[in-house]
Amino acid sequence: MNDFARLYDKIDSTTGTNAKIEAMADYFRTAPPDDAAWALYYLTGRRLKRFIPSKSMRDWTLDLTGMSLWLYEESYSSVGDSAECCALLIDSMSHVPQVNEEPDLTLDTWMRDRIIPLAKMDEPDQKERVVGWWKRLDRHSIFILNKLLSGAFRVGVSQSLVARALAEVSKLELAEISHRLMGDWQPTGEWYQQLVSSEASDRHLSTPYPFFLASPLEKEVTELGEPNEWQAEWKWDGIRAQLIRRNGETFIWSRGEELVTDKYPELVQASLTLPEGTVLDGELLAMKGDEVLPFAVLQKRIGRKALGKAILAEAPAALMVYDILELDGRDLRAEPMAERRSVLEKLLEGRSTTFHVSQSIPFESWDELTELRKDSRAKSVEGIMLKRKSSAYQAGRRRGDWWKWKIDPLTIDAVLIYAQAGSGRRANLFTDYTFAVWDGDKLTPFAKAYSGLSDEEINKLDNWIRRNTKDRFGPVRSVTPHHVFELAFEGINASPRHKSGIAVRFPRIMRWRHDKTIKDADKIETLRAMIDEPTTAEA
Amino acid sequence: MALDLATPFEALLRPDDFGLACARGGFHIDPWRPVKHAVITHAHGDHARSGSKIYYVATEALPVMKQRLGHDSTFVHYPYGQKFRLGECTVSFHPAGHILGSAQVRVECDGRVWVASGDYKRAHDPTCAPFEVVECDAFITEATFALPIYRWEPGANTAKEILAWWDQNARENRPSLLFCYALGKAQRLLGELYQLDPSRQAYLHGAMLPLTKIYREQGIEMLPTTAVSETAKTQKFGGELILAPPSAHRSLWMKRFKGADTGFASGWMRVRGARRRNGYDRGFVLSDHADWPDLLRTCADTKARFILPTHGGTQVLSRRLNELGFEAQPLEITAYDNEEDDSGGGGEAVTDPEVAAGNAPSEEQASEANA
Repeated sequence: MNDFARLYDKIDSTTGTNAKIEAMADYFRTAPPDDAAWALYYLTGRRLKRFIPSKSMRDWTLDLTGMSLWLYEESYSSVGDSAECCALLIDSMSHVPQVNEEPDLTLDTWMRDRIIPLAKMDEPDQKERVVGWWKRLDRHSIFILNKLLSGAFRVGVSQSLVARALAEVSKLELAEISHRLMGDWQPTGEWYQQLVSSEASDRHLSTPYPFFLASPLEKEVTELGEPNEWQAEWKWDGIRAQLIRRNGETFIWSRGEELVTDKYPELVQASLTLPEGTVLDGELLAMKGDEVLPFAVLQKRIGRKALGKAILAEAPAALMVYDILELDGRDLRAEPMAERRSVLEKLLEGRSTTFHVSQSIPFESWDELTELRKDSRAKSVEGIMLKRKSSAYQAGRRRGDWWKWKIDPLTIDAVLIYAQAGSGRRANLFTDYTFAVWDGDKLTPFAKAYSGLSDEEINKLDNWIRRNTKDRFGPVRSVTPHHVFELAFEGINASPRHKSGIAVRFPRIMRWRHDKTIKDADKIETLRAMIDEPTTAEA
Repeated sequence: MALDLATPFEALLRPDDFGLACARGGFHIDPWRPVKHAVITHAHGDHARSGSKIYYVATEALPVMKQRLGHDSTFVHYPYGQKFRLGECTVSFHPAGHILGSAQVRVECDGRVWVASGDYKRAHDPTCAPFEVVECDAFITEATFALPIYRWEPGANTAKEILAWWDQNARENRPSLLFCYALGKAQRLLGELYQLDPSRQAYLHGAMLPLTKIYREQGIEMLPTTAVSETAKTQKFGGELILAPPSAHRSLWMKRFKGADTGFASGWMRVRGARRRNGYDRGFVLSDHADWPDLLRTCADTKARFILPTHGGTQVLSRRLNELGFEAQPLEITAYDNEEDDSGGGGEAVTDPEVAAGNAPSEEQASEANA
């Protein structure tokens, strides 16, 4: 495990992309395949079920260090990560050896022989083993062990960096490695050897293609050149997904590489009529006939464990199909998009009401498209997608051929009334804010926002919050209403579950309005008007 | 338990609008607004503020104080341990071990003794006199790192880590750009590194020159240093160590050090989240404040009846001390930084993320003021 700990250290102690790739490549060159598979599993952000509840880890730490619970909680709120917090406390409060006294077992041995078997043990046995390891490991190894015990280990590299390191080691094309890393796999040495093997591997039926992601359009649309080289589509507001029909089976993957097949039985049903070896890329939406329902409707069924008849009727799912990646088992991704589009239209013509082709918007000039884009909010879309007609379907976020041209968000001026410390990188800083608008002479909270301020602003606000706390409710501080912020959000709906009667989507801070006092903040009537007339706020 | 600061145990020291005031002595300790008589614990920016009429400082602190507060200010100085009268009180300075010349202030009146610690540490530091335990009735202690997660390795261990990092970068012909506070931390690092390998030398950002010079004039052994500004334009820094204040991070100044690996030396670096959000490659844990075990140990050592934690984790430290059987109560100095309150946060920007990380503005503001 020491090699893995060193890899983690190297990644963690540099901010440079190339240094991270180099560190991973070094590791994969020498690691036994069994270890490499586990390392990859964690590096690519895959999760196992927690082996030890965080409460147990906490209780054993308290036992070992003789510390009181409240002191643990204070410490935790500063660290923001229970694995790290326990490691720091054990190091501070008990005598941890300077040098690791555990034999250096491989990562695979740790996982298979020590950590995975914990899940089936009683609490006293678990405790005996884990505390025993803690006593013999140095501080850094305790931290690594605690992270492994938590089942999830965010290491600070993106999947694309991991793929680049593997491409370097295996001498395979980046796109090929990215593809092989997709989907569902088990961390075994055998799997790893196939991954980096120069021979074409038999992919599992369920393996999705890497998604091609559009970049935000930050320049003038006219700079894209000739309008007739571009296809425009509405940017639907749902869940990006890939539907695979191969060998009599259907798989639906979300963009986060989560297998969500079970959540969309109507799509599975509709997919039965697709030819074998079909892969579609599209947006999961709630739709009634041709009418797209608000995202909130789809969201309702996402959270459900069981999908009853009522919810299926209330929020029927459909796939707004953008692209076709495979037909009759043939990979179409290198074909020009215009070509893929005509294949797609032919395939879906008259086939089903569950699969809709995301229609291209006819336009002659950029001016005309700019006008059309103003209808976005009325159509419940986020703006327009622009795709070069000649473009291949690439892997990951590549600039140049696919652009998302989003509409300006809705905005409102609101007052900061509560703050809470963040976690991880933002632990011990007040970064989670609650905002209110005027309801008569009272301030009514309506949105939480976590992002949008610069580090400098965060620090300044944090400092202010500490000195202007009125009350503490657990981790939440109520502060003197004083600061006004312009909040932006993508959508707004009536919501009986919220105190304000309003739910906003993707709220974030646009700017700190130093020029405004709380009297200048908006009223709840302004928000209500946005629900009633969603089209008027378009910029 | 409620510690009444007025009766029956009359408070010798109590915050007012100007600072920690001593009514019987007619002076303030580390005032944030100009007063007539200012007793200063140490030269960091949030403790030593300009504008007061007469400054009372420890003799060892005098050169640094003059540099920070201006040579035109009026100073009265006393060696550590020497008693002097202010109003009805007898006052003396005692080493705090924080930076060169840093002092605890002992105040005695009618047989009662109060001690204000200022910032302090118990760990060895080759650049300043070690902390001295001063027994007292009431002890006003700092509480910057008042959480059990904060425990320091000896400074020499951290210096070894820095040396190894420097050597690794040298093998790759990279500059090692180490950020730290300009007063105290920079000199301690140069001192610790000198103890390990006196044959080396380092480069300094301009903000660190006058203070490092003063340390040297006091006979403190440190690595020899060269100002970056005095090097030729063609000078290459591959394999060299350069010290700079945090305010220089991501500034244009950094352009000279192509391919540099960056590090930051501070107690906050013990926590990974703090390391990451600062955007430095490496974090080295080195603090000039007491860690958690030393805060508790020191409170016990003073044999004080009352402990008044101030500055940082005052609530946590007070609660823990009470659990341990001490009588403790936070001494919140609310008027702190109040010029910012008036302008609704639009005042003096606190740009160093560390200020917020621990709500401890001491060292950071010092570097700001100086950079």
